[in-house]
Amino acid sequence: MIRTEELLLNVGPQHPSTHGVFRIIVKLDGEVIIEATPVMGYLHRGTEKLAEDLSYTQIIPYTDRMDYVSAMTNNYVLVHAVETMMELAVPERAEYLRLVVMELQRIASHLVWWGTYLLDIGAMSPFLYAFRDRETIVNLFNELCGARLTYNYMRVGGVKWDASDAWLDKVRDFIPYMEKKLIEYDKLVSGNEIFLARIRGVGAYDAKTAIDYGLSGANLRCTGVDWDIRRAKPYSLYDRFDFDIPLGTNGDCYDRYLIRLEEIRQSLRILTQALQQFPSGGETMGKVPRVIRPPAGEVYVSIESPRGEIGCHIVSKGKQEPYRLKFRRPSFVNLQILPKLLVGETMTNLITILGGIDIVVGEVDC
Amino acid sequence: MGDRLNESLSWGNALIFTLWGVVLLILVLGFVTYAIYFERKVIGWMQHRIGPNRVGPLGLLQTVADILKLLIKEDTIPRKADRVLFILAPALAYVPAFGVLAVIPYTQNLYFADINVGLLYYVALSGITTIAIVLGGWASNNKYALLGGMRSAAQMISYEVPLVISVVGVIMVSGTMNLRSIGEQQGDWFWQWNFLPQIIGFVVFIIAAVSELNRTPFDLPEAESELVAGYHVEYSGFRFAFFMLTEYVYVYAIAALTTVLFLGGWQAPLAFLDFVPGIIWFLLKFASVVFFLIWLRATMPRIRVDQLMGLGWKVLLPLSLANVFITAVYLELFVK
Repeated sequence: MIRTEELLLNVGPQHPSTHGVFRIIVKLDGEVIIEATPVMGYLHRGTEKLAEDLSYTQIIPYTDRMDYVSAMTNNYVLVHAVETMMELAVPERAEYLRLVVMELQRIASHLVWWGTYLLDIGAMSPFLYAFRDRETIVNLFNELCGARLTYNYMRVGGVKWDASDAWLDKVRDFIPYMEKKLIEYDKLVSGNEIFLARIRGVGAYDAKTAIDYGLSGANLRCTGVDWDIRRAKPYSLYDRFDFDIPLGTNGDCYDRYLIRLEEIRQSLRILTQALQQFPSGGETMGKVPRVIRPPAGEVYVSIESPRGEIGCHIVSKGKQEPYRLKFRRPSFVNLQILPKLLVGETMTNLITILGGIDIVVGEVDC
Repeated sequence: MGDRLNESLSWGNALIFTLWGVVLLILVLGFVTYAIYFERKVIGWMQHRIGPNRVGPLGLLQTVADILKLLIKEDTIPRKADRVLFILAPALAYVPAFGVLAVIPYTQNLYFADINVGLLYYVALSGITTIAIVLGGWASNNKYALLGGMRSAAQMISYEVPLVISVVGVIMVSGTMNLRSIGEQQGDWFWQWNFLPQIIGFVVFIIAAVSELNRTPFDLPEAESELVAGYHVEYSGFRFAFFMLTEYVYVYAIAALTTVLFLGGWQAPLAFLDFVPGIIWFLLKFASVVFFLIWLRATMPRIRVDQLMGLGWKVLLPLSLANVFITAVYLELFVK
């Protein structure tokens, strides 16, 4: 009598393709997964609890360390929440600067995703091409605020550092460069037969499932749901620009791939328009009280980070520190669909699907 | 050499054989050292990097330093591993890899062993390495290694078959399995070489060969991003080096075999160029095949297990059988 045994395999927390210290316990029948249990919390630093003892300006560097691939959008969601509470006006130049760095950050973040995803699929070179191009953006940020990863750039009421005209010119030069590189990316990867066979139809779900699980970002839009907060609930200056929101139809990894690449193009469009409209002078900090004390009450704001809807909920008792601070982290929410998607897939598809969701463990564990 | 093989074994002959074996070993080690350097440099350039350039002039001693590092590394064997098999596996992987090199001719007169069933010998011996890889994966007592080893077994069995059948066409055209004769029979002009008349066989052979080598896009047994390192995940130090060595020796073997079987061996591509020594042509063709393998690695994503098996059994096998059929019909109708 032949007896088969299930194989309990521990993937992570030290595994090259879990994108950080994330762990999945999978039960394998041969190479087919019959059960998957994600284990998270290895990178939990208690950001939300720590924030309760910090003033709002002091919390900003902590947000850098949540989604460390997209620190600018995290900065923004916090300062935006505080500004909404205090009804502060932000100078136009500062708002444009924020928008420019956020869109650059979106491109940089998608580049990291693109590179590492291809590395997961087994192609080595795209990773280095993506990082070469991301390096341009990181250098721009370094020039602007002196940091390459954790920028601590935005402040309640404005931004910390003003940009020189030379810096803006560099951003202008970056746009045609990146457009050219995107064509190269498509030529190298998007039509590759092996790559298409690997991701087409993998990890598919429909719009209802996506909404039930609270997915957002490319994970939601790949099913055809037209929900981008930049368009749906415009914040910052997004209502001034003309851009498309790429949508998918099949809800599989291939659609998510195409959407993210297209979002880079749309970000470049937004950047082009933003640099045309860029005010030539003006303040970068609005009139902000010396001590930031939002009035007692609650506020929830959300913005579109590269990974989806990132939200910030502040409960204030009128003190310098928040009474309670809560971040809605898109990586954490998007990850919840993983166990459902993995059942019946192979080990190889585990990596494809996990990579397709695009998590940053710093944000999952917060 | 050939004559001596037919004589009865004496101390003198044994000494000469050993000496030639050592010469071949040095040749192969030299190749592996610089193939790794070449690979790292070429991939580096393709990826906008510099590649090794610190150890020695132009980084030429980088691989030497790497091997030295592996030599002096602690040799770890997992406590629950099957000790005997664990130690045996790397050696068992390497010996056939080295053994197959004996039959490869470099020019008409430069070869180590002139065996009439050279091709059969190659195919038969190279299959043993698979067993070593499965053994290594099994003996490690590690789930990732086991998965890697099993994948390897499945992959190698699926691709050995089309690999062998794809060269049957060449054997039929040449009427011999002797690699030296196969090389000799290909014409003076490059369109007379086997790769054009045997184009189906050539393509199937290249795909199956890359798969046999476990190289991108068929590097599933060691799939870095899924199985971490696959079958050799528990190996360290010199045992690990032996697995790596085996891989590169097979690169050498497959590149040489492709050159001899399909690319005219040591023949000049155009008849009037034959004043250039044959060994130069052989090395040029050999280097191009090695470069092609490296190029693939920098370009391709990895194929999935089920797609790999599908490709092997449903596409390559029928294609190679069709090639045998077409060759047979051609020989029957036009040559006889």
